[in-house]
This record gives sequence, structure tokens and C-alpha cells, in this order.
Amino acid sequence: MGKTFQKPEALTDQITHYCPGCTHGIIHRLIAEVIDELGIRGRTVGIAPVGCAVLAYNYFSFDFQEAAHGRAPAMATGIKRVRPDLMVFTYQGDGDLASIGMGEIIHAANRGEKFTTIFVNNAVYGMTGGQMAPTTMPEQRTTTSPFGRDVEDVGMPIKVAELIAALQTPAYVVRRTVLKPKYINKAKKAIKQAFTYQLEGKCFSFVEIVSTCPTNWGLTPLESIKWAEEKMLPYYEPGDYKIPD
Amino acid sequence: MKGNEAIGEAAIRAGCLNYFAYPITPQSEVAEYLSKRMPEAGGVFLQGESEVAVSYMIFGAAAAGARVFTTSSSPGISLMSEGISYIAGAQCPAVFVNIMRGGPGLGGILPSQADYLQATKGIGHGDFRLLVMAPASVQEAVEMVMEAFPLAEKYRNPVMILGDGLIGQMMEPVEFPENFSVEPSNKDEWATNGMDTRKSDQRNLVKSLFLDPEMLNSHNNVLREKYERMKREEIRFENYNTDSDYNVLLVSYGTMSRVCRTAIDQLKSEGFEVGMIRPLTLYPFPEKAVEDAASKESCTSVASIEMSMGQMVEDVERSVRGKKPVQWFGKCGGEVPTPEEVIEFIKSL
Repeated sequence: MGKTFQKPEALTDQITHYCPGCTHGIIHRLIAEVIDELGIRGRTVGIAPVGCAVLAYNYFSFDFQEAAHGRAPAMATGIKRVRPDLMVFTYQGDGDLASIGMGEIIHAANRGEKFTTIFVNNAVYGMTGGQMAPTTMPEQRTTTSPFGRDVEDVGMPIKVAELIAALQTPAYVVRRTVLKPKYINKAKKAIKQAFTYQLEGKCFSFVEIVSTCPTNWGLTPLESIKWAEEKMLPYYEPGDYKIPD
Repeated sequence: MKGNEAIGEAAIRAGCLNYFAYPITPQSEVAEYLSKRMPEAGGVFLQGESEVAVSYMIFGAAAAGARVFTTSSSPGISLMSEGISYIAGAQCPAVFVNIMRGGPGLGGILPSQADYLQATKGIGHGDFRLLVMAPASVQEAVEMVMEAFPLAEKYRNPVMILGDGLIGQMMEPVEFPENFSVEPSNKDEWATNGMDTRKSDQRNLVKSLFLDPEMLNSHNNVLREKYERMKREEIRFENYNTDSDYNVLLVSYGTMSRVCRTAIDQLKSEGFEVGMIRPLTLYPFPEKAVEDAASKESCTSVASIEMSMGQMVEDVERSVRGKKPVQWFGKCGGEVPTPEEVIEFIKSL
């Protein structure tokens, strides 16, 4: 009897640097499984962000480029325009995409660039040490909002999926989460749908994934899941925000 | 043909069918020209949302193995310099054309050479250099743009064409070089062009991050060796009236060097000999040529003549090695010094 569960070909053997309880590992695996299932490893180019996932390329076994902070959508645009036959995705966190890279993501989405963005939202800057992000929840304490996010001072957290869905250009824009197994399957389906739309040359595709950061939230992995379910999911509601015709 | 349009056409003739840009005076005509011409040629034209984004579109396309270029002007180049640093760090070939206007800040929209230091010494963060070429005519701009692509690929490094606003705006007759090799070099060894494309099981990774200090140091040594090789193989310059027993040696580039030629011819007719070295590459700088020319016995002083406040002076001084006094004359803000003004300055020496 052969193995019924094994590591996807699109992942390397390397042990990740991610913290215990971090959801990047799950999301990496989902992407790798989808790439295997679609048989597109040889034509895929990933783009790593600045942030915890900057070293994502160490864990995937296909071509990768490393972007500057927030600029991954511009790089993906460059690749897709000169090589429309490649399957290109950006993998970005919320500091990278929703703060410094807001201009790049909005314009790439609005042009209807035929690439996919996997947007990992854990409401905090990870790599730089837990600073406030545009997605940080009201009252959430971070290293730069030690008294909790004051929305009178810095505004409300940005709902990126809704923002992109508001653009008139057709796109596939959804929000998922990987907090529980039942959510994980849905997240995988969304990633597969996003890649499929890209392969069909149909539209820009965007999958936001509500995630955790136990280290910077100061919680255990289990407490983090509970916190994300209670605090984040009511605000960052999973759902389909835009589906192409 | 207008300089800006000729630059756009030159890229196409050099086999570069990918152009990303953001409009800025005085080079917007390149984008206007290529917005029509690229689709005709079966190429890619895209107007990005900012110069910052454009520099990363260039990065992405170059990293995927394409010949790619952009054009901009001073403030736009400042914005692109972030991406240029990443491109140099990741060792990707790309061509940037800077049709300089006056600065700092918004400065002005008229011709200038005020980005000399930025282009040759300080574009973006980190230890890297650009190969910088400075045309003095539309014809030369065409030739340099075409040569820039194979040079960028030879060194896997960004190349900059540093032209002043006059080069972009001026109309001059142009002949496009024929039999130019438009075949890009094979990039399968490093480009992220897809494993299927290069029929390989090995993935490629394009990056500029080296967290290990020893690795970053050796990476920077690899880069440094490229710049040393440029110094050995790419230095270009032109002599003017250096066969004579000149008393004054001028160093001048771009449009300014053409004014200097006129001044030199005029002075010659008055029986006063002036020589000139015109750098065609600003980095690497023709140090030896300037030193040799300044060493001539008849030469009593050297002058850097520029459309900037003396940004090239330190390179000239460095080259002359204290053998002769080095002066500066120039103007900026869009006024090009006239031959009469240059003559008056030379006579004052």
C-alpha cells in the first residue's frame, strides 16, 4: 500500500523558520497542494514579500523572486506582461500589502492583472517585531500601540478584500481563514479557484486569509485561534466579495 | 527625429519589446511614442501608477528573463532608485534612461546635468554601481541605448543612459545601426522564467537578501568584481583638439561638450589652444585619459564644464591627481552656458 499522505512536490524538505502556532505553514502547504494538483510547478513563479514570509522561497520548490516591501504586485505585473504563460502569485502579509504596498495592490487589481495574490492577514507586523498594522484591531495592543489601537487617532482597520472588491474591474476576491480544519478546506478551494481563473486568463484573483501571530499577540497558539475567531472573524468576515461572470 | 522618440525606437531596434513607464517632463514623448509603436512591434507597453511601481515592473520582467527598459527624468529616477538598488542587488539586467531636468526637488523642467552624482555614485542604498553612458547627440543616444542592452546582460547589472533635457527634446537626423544582434543572451542559469521553459528540474531564485554576514560580504565582492571589470573593459571617451599644445584642458560631457567644442574652435581661430576630454562613460570614469591629458607640459589648468554646480569636479580632480589646478564653470536651472560664456571663463584662467 502506497503512502496516502505525503509532502507536496511543490514544497522543499526544509524546516520552516515560522513560530509555533503560526499559520504560514498551513497556507504554504495549501498553495503547494494546489500547484501539484494543477500540475503547474514548472510554469509557476512565486513572489515573496518583505515580512515573515520573505524566506518563503526556501520552502517552495519552484521559481521565486523576492520583492521589496509592498512591491510584489508591481513585480508580478512585470512578469505577467512579458510572460503571460507563467502562473504568477504574490504572497504578502498585511504590513507589506495593506500599508506600504497599498498603491501597488490597488492599481494591479484595477488593471485586472492576471496574477493571484495570497494575502495573509494577522493584524500585526510580524518580522519587524509586532508593530501596529493598518489591519490591527481596535484596542489591540502592539509594540507601537502599547495602549491599544486608538481608532480616533489612526482610524479603523482596513478591510482589504472589500476595498478591492469595490473596484469596477472584474476580479475574484474572497476572504478565507485557516483557523480550523473545515475552514482550511475552504481556503484551499479558494486558492485553487484563484489559480484556475489565472490559468484561464480570466481576471485578477485575490485570496485574503485571516491568520494568527501567537508570538506578537502574546498568546499561546490555541488562545490565538480563539482570539482570531472572536475578534477578527466578525470584522474580517470570510466570504466571496467578488466573483467574475 | 526627436531625441525622445529616437530613444524609444532605438530600444525596439535593439530587440527590447518591453517598456514600462510613468510620464514626466521632459521625456514623456518616449512613452507617447512607444504607446503606439510597441503594440505595432508586438511588444509590451504599460503605464504604471508611479515610478516606484515601474521600477519593480522592470525588476519582475528582467528577473523573468526579458529585455526591458524604462525612461524617466530626475525626480522620477529618484523614485525608481529604490527598485534600481534591488535590481542591482539581485543582478538583473535592465536599462534606465534619465533625461535630466534641474533640481533639487521639483527644480525645473529645463535641461540639466544635475544628476551626475546620483547616477555615478549614489543611486539607491547599498554597495553597487551603474554603468552610466552620456550621449551628446540624438545619434549617440540611439547608439548608446542599443548598446546598453547587451552591456546590461553582460554584467547582469542596470545600465543608465544619462542624457540632459536637450538630448530628449532636440531634433536631429538619425541613422539606426543595422545588423544589430537583437538576440538576448541565454538567461536560463539564473532567470525565473519557469522550469518548463528551460527544461530544468532546478528552480531559480532571484533575490537580494543575504542574512548571513559572510554571504553578504562575498555577494558584494561578486558585485565589486563586476564594477572592476567595467573599469577594465568599458571606459569610453573622446578627445578633442588634444593634438595641439593646449594651455587649458576641458572635461565636459553631453550637450555641454558640444558648446565647449564651439568655444574651442573659436579660440583656436584666435590662436589660443584648448583641449577637451569628453567622457562617454561617466561610470566608469576615464580617469587615465584625463590624467594623461592633464599631464601634458603645455597644459596649465584643467576645467570641468557642466550644467550643474560642479558635480563632476571631484572625479576630474581625482583623475588629475593634483598635477594641475582644477576649476569649474557651469550653470544650472535650464540655462545652457553659451560658447561666449565658456570662452570668457577660459580666458579668465
